[in-house]
Amino acid sequence: MNHTIEQESKAARNEMLAENGRSTSARLLKFLQRTPIHLVIVLIAVIWMLPTVGLLVSSFRPAHLVATTGWWTAFQTPFQFTLDLYREAISANGMGQSFINSLFIAIPATVIPIMIAAFAAYAFAWMEFPGRDLLFVAVVGLLVVPLQASLIPVLKIYNRLGLTGTFLGIWLAHTGFGLPFAVYLLRNFFGSLPRDMFDSAYLDGATAFTAFFRLVLPLSIPAIASLVIFQFMWVWNDLLVALIFLGGYPDVAPMTVTISNLVNSLGGGWQLLTAAAFISMMLPLLIFFTLQRYFVRGILAGSVKG
Amino acid sequence: MNRLVMALIVIVGVPAVMVGYVALIEWIVGKFPFRTRGRIRPWLWIAPMVSILLVYLVYPTINTIYLSFFNADSSQYVGLANYQYVFTNSAMLDSMKNNVLWLILLTGLTVTFGLLFAVLFDRVSYEAVAKAFVFLPMAISFVAAGVIWKLMYDYQPPAHAQTGTLNAIVTLFGGQPIAWLVNRTTNNPALIWVGIWVWTGFAMVILSAGLKGIPSEIIDAARVDGATEWQILRFVTVPMMGSTIAVVATTMVIFALKAFDIVYVMTNGNFGTDVVANRMYKEMFNFTNFGRASAIAVILLIAIVPVMLFNIRRFREQEAIR
Repeated sequence: MNHTIEQESKAARNEMLAENGRSTSARLLKFLQRTPIHLVIVLIAVIWMLPTVGLLVSSFRPAHLVATTGWWTAFQTPFQFTLDLYREAISANGMGQSFINSLFIAIPATVIPIMIAAFAAYAFAWMEFPGRDLLFVAVVGLLVVPLQASLIPVLKIYNRLGLTGTFLGIWLAHTGFGLPFAVYLLRNFFGSLPRDMFDSAYLDGATAFTAFFRLVLPLSIPAIASLVIFQFMWVWNDLLVALIFLGGYPDVAPMTVTISNLVNSLGGGWQLLTAAAFISMMLPLLIFFTLQRYFVRGILAGSVKG
Repeated sequence: MNRLVMALIVIVGVPAVMVGYVALIEWIVGKFPFRTRGRIRPWLWIAPMVSILLVYLVYPTINTIYLSFFNADSSQYVGLANYQYVFTNSAMLDSMKNNVLWLILLTGLTVTFGLLFAVLFDRVSYEAVAKAFVFLPMAISFVAAGVIWKLMYDYQPPAHAQTGTLNAIVTLFGGQPIAWLVNRTTNNPALIWVGIWVWTGFAMVILSAGLKGIPSEIIDAARVDGATEWQILRFVTVPMMGSTIAVVATTMVIFALKAFDIVYVMTNGNFGTDVVANRMYKEMFNFTNFGRASAIAVILLIAIVPVMLFNIRRFREQEAIR
């Protein structure tokens, strides 16, 4: 018995000593022993970043060099960096106009579905009505319906109403395709808010209007922030919906459509698109670096979306 | 000037309409006697959602199924002719084969890499930074990713300096440059790799969250019993993360079935790389055959129905626990 206690205290003492010694050489040793794992991780990071870095470097090179030499040669003297490709992309290739179009498309196509979803989610979470649960299960079912299944009939309706090639048309289309997921996410979040809060608010004479705008929405900011980022990125990066409903109208086309058209029309000269591609990535990357937590949460919550 | 008006509509008009709707319906509800308000109010709050879903998802899906039995301009009933075409036409069959390849490679490799990276990054102090590197492509559109990877896969004849990163590496080691996107054995995996590059970060973050949910006592117990790291991964970690892996895998299956952007931008389905969603786009716009395009959409829909049922069942189980 005594023996084991002694052993234990010895072990503890050794651990303390090790703790002290770890400050310098022991820590270094431990780090070195784990060199293979660090090397593998660095290798993974390099492999994953290299393509994006290559694009970024290329976009600052003169066009004739991009077409004839690899981007890594840019780091040899004489350095030849220029903003020519950006100038060309913005003026000649219409990326400036497309950038604004992307904003005009993405902002309302984020606000409209989230607001409509919030109204519905509020009713689903805090109001009683017949068929409520069945209706919500239907929304869960619609989550994964591929949007391909609705493109043709919606396009036919749009052609009849003259909505093809209009911002309103694409806002509503994105609203329709993004709505099930937004309703699903917000209903689950609203449902987790404490019931007492609503009871006391109503006792104090709050209407459904004030309860919604002054209680539910402010308290749900984390969920709404994730959803806003998710929906915004979804619309900003979308190609198919824009191609179908705005495809034939260059003056309202977002950047994804403009770039993909240029890839086809430029053929061998597609290298000029490095700057255009980077312009389209700037805003998402900015959101990624500044709001990373909400960004990741938003994307993760979207794991059920079709 | 026009742009200024548009900006005003976008920033002020749209939100105003949204808030205005709630103000309007609450005003209407207020006109009713107190007892009936509770019965009317919920329907007015869900009315916008219900009407949008009916117009944009429910009616169109049913209509697509209906149109798939009609000819190119939907004027004549043709029975199963469109489906017969879809299952016998060689271009269609090839694109379906490619989708199966997408399904296997995209799902298998994103889950494998995601799990490996999650386990590996879990062991170092700079986990968050390492994850950010892999997750970053999630912020990039498939169109931009297509341009990025065209640059990686670029091909120049052997005598010339290589401009593509991959071929530069190949020739550095004395190999012959490969036309990655034209060569029929490399082009499909090359396209799928772009999808893997984008989606691995997503799989990794979800699987990492699942990994952190496993009690450390279980891992420690296995280690004390002399299990190697590989055995722990194979017999403890993976089995305990079954449901998380299922969620990631089903998401990847859906994306593999609907793969479109990457193929459209990088090869437009040439050189035997076509996929079902791109075939549908071609039938719609290049051949204006709405019957065939609808039949393709219906096939995509049917392929996704099992996932839908799986989601509904999972949702019901979650609700039962609540």
